[in-house]
Amino acid sequence: MSAPRTLLDKIWDNHVVYTPPGELPLLYIDRHLVHEVTSPQAFEGLRLAGRKVRRPEATFATPDHNVPTTDRRLPIADPVSKQQIDTLRANCREFGIRLYDLGDADQGIVHVIGPELGITQPGMTIVCGDSHTATHGALGALAFGIGTSEVEHVLATQTLRQAKPKSFEVRVDGRLAPGVTAKDLVLYLIGRLSTEGGTGYVIEYTGPCIRGLGMEQRMTVCNMSIEAGARAGMIAPDAVTFDYMRGREFAPADFDKAVAAWEKLPSDADAAYDRVEVFQGGDVVPQVTWGTNPAQVTGVDAAVPDPDAFGDPNDRSSASRALDYMGLARGTKIVDIPLDRVFIGSCTNSRIEDLRAAADVVKGYRVAANVHAMVVPGSGRVKRQAEEEGLDRVFREAGFEWREAGCSMCLGMNPDTLSPGQRCASTSNRNFEGRQGKGGRTHLVSPAMAAAAAVAGHFVDIRGWEYK
Amino acid sequence: MQPFATHTGIVGSLDRANVDTDQIIPKQFLKRIERTGFGQFLFCDWRFQADGSPNPEFELNRPEAQGATILLARRNFGCGSSREHAPWALADYGFRVVIAPTFADIFFNNCLQNGMLPIRLSEDDVAELFRRTAAAAASGGQYRLHVDLKACTVADDAGFSRAFTVDPFRRQCLLEGLDDIGLSLRHADRIAAWEAAQGLPAVAG
Repeated sequence: MSAPRTLLDKIWDNHVVYTPPGELPLLYIDRHLVHEVTSPQAFEGLRLAGRKVRRPEATFATPDHNVPTTDRRLPIADPVSKQQIDTLRANCREFGIRLYDLGDADQGIVHVIGPELGITQPGMTIVCGDSHTATHGALGALAFGIGTSEVEHVLATQTLRQAKPKSFEVRVDGRLAPGVTAKDLVLYLIGRLSTEGGTGYVIEYTGPCIRGLGMEQRMTVCNMSIEAGARAGMIAPDAVTFDYMRGREFAPADFDKAVAAWEKLPSDADAAYDRVEVFQGGDVVPQVTWGTNPAQVTGVDAAVPDPDAFGDPNDRSSASRALDYMGLARGTKIVDIPLDRVFIGSCTNSRIEDLRAAADVVKGYRVAANVHAMVVPGSGRVKRQAEEEGLDRVFREAGFEWREAGCSMCLGMNPDTLSPGQRCASTSNRNFEGRQGKGGRTHLVSPAMAAAAAVAGHFVDIRGWEYK
Repeated sequence: MQPFATHTGIVGSLDRANVDTDQIIPKQFLKRIERTGFGQFLFCDWRFQADGSPNPEFELNRPEAQGATILLARRNFGCGSSREHAPWALADYGFRVVIAPTFADIFFNNCLQNGMLPIRLSEDDVAELFRRTAAAAASGGQYRLHVDLKACTVADDAGFSRAFTVDPFRRQCLLEGLDDIGLSLRHADRIAAWEAAQGLPAVAG
């Protein structure tokens, strides 16, 4: 009998094409997702070398990072942005790649449409020139972000040169308390693992708390693995995964046969990980970041920490610099922090369940007078589904803007940005300096927490919210 | 790719941990479709004041960092976004080497794809290099290091010398300036055989 293997081991073993003597292994890539920002230089590289895309049908493209979220019938105002999107169109045409273009009913954030269309499947290797590719690991795939040179390598060879990463089991026992979401869980985990605790590893999330999460919540958890330094996060496929996959456009034709193969993927009972950490789901309270990296996070019932309380000198200077940038005084209660903007969207939290959770909070309330709030659905499909359910009306009647799908103010490449000094409750994944706009101040929260903050004008503990 | 064998250069120090790629090259500069010309935007939000003039407080604007080709930073350098624009901007500005206790994985790989050498040294060794850089600046000078990828050593002229490790395949690619894709395409037959074994249709010749 062969040695017990982890989910990572199994997918890895299934995809190593060949290890040339003295070189890194060639890992086969099943699906390659492409967007407008990190691909133009890769296609140009192919052209300059006279190379073609080895397997165009394994590659799917959509513009998302730098697209307007306002009326799509209007031309793109910024000529440089327009050129970038036109370049993606031209490249997809030239190399025969399927493009979900602006105006296509299924356009959206690449990490939302991949699972939604069934392009993402258990057991696959999936890459994209974007660090949040870890999202797709929620379906039991090995999915990670790559640079543009690697994008070119995958286009040309359908493989990547990769050393095998180490495995890291993050087990979460127990269950989340009411009002506590997958976003709170992953922020809590990052706070404890640090921004580099996962560097060199692929995280596999296990345990009853993870098993209890729905498919979209699992995506939220895996999505932010990179914020703990791990290139990939994954969750073994189970009935939740198979139910999600069934009937999707690109799901395997012989679905039962596929499920039989997927059922063999979960880690063997006695498989060994390179590192294991165990957490309790019941310990997690709603989280709010106070600093300029996602590990600078605390509970909504706590206060902005004192930088001097950190033992490590790097942590101390980072915290001090962060409070300066964020315009926060140590000891300020989180619930006393006032807000200017609220952003509900991004590959972390723009799926239908996220929008339902936010709409439930907002229903019957108005956005506070001092707050400008917007909802940006993750894809055309999510937007249509939300409109069928009347969620758009709930948001609009409360005073939210209801936008077209894209990355939007998660990274502010398009016109959706914070002004200097503006403070935002955001359901996105990064609170780096200037991330949402130069001088902007980002606090990462769950969709329900963002919605409640929009109504109150400051952070509130969602566990005490009066739903109407 | 530009080969890398040995390099001697001035050290520019950036005494910060968790420097993310959003700081290295802010998003407003990612709209360009070229690989070149990003150096002018490197660390833009830190480097320039609101009126566009250089920020004298920023570490790399100080006299001792002028002409620097070796960047010294604290742990987890290059975290966050996968944007290869970050090493493109560093390289275009003039950096050939980055030294830190730890690097984010994607950034580390991206450097190696661009003829730029990321070197991991212990936290204590990095602290020592910060001290030596500051000492040189205090006496009005600049601090230089010699990097030798053949020997895998980094050393100064005053007794500091440390070995570092780098993946042997990546090292060979850097030393010879090899094209990764060309190397992999040598194994196209094996890739095709692997695809056939999975039942995938053959790719068009």
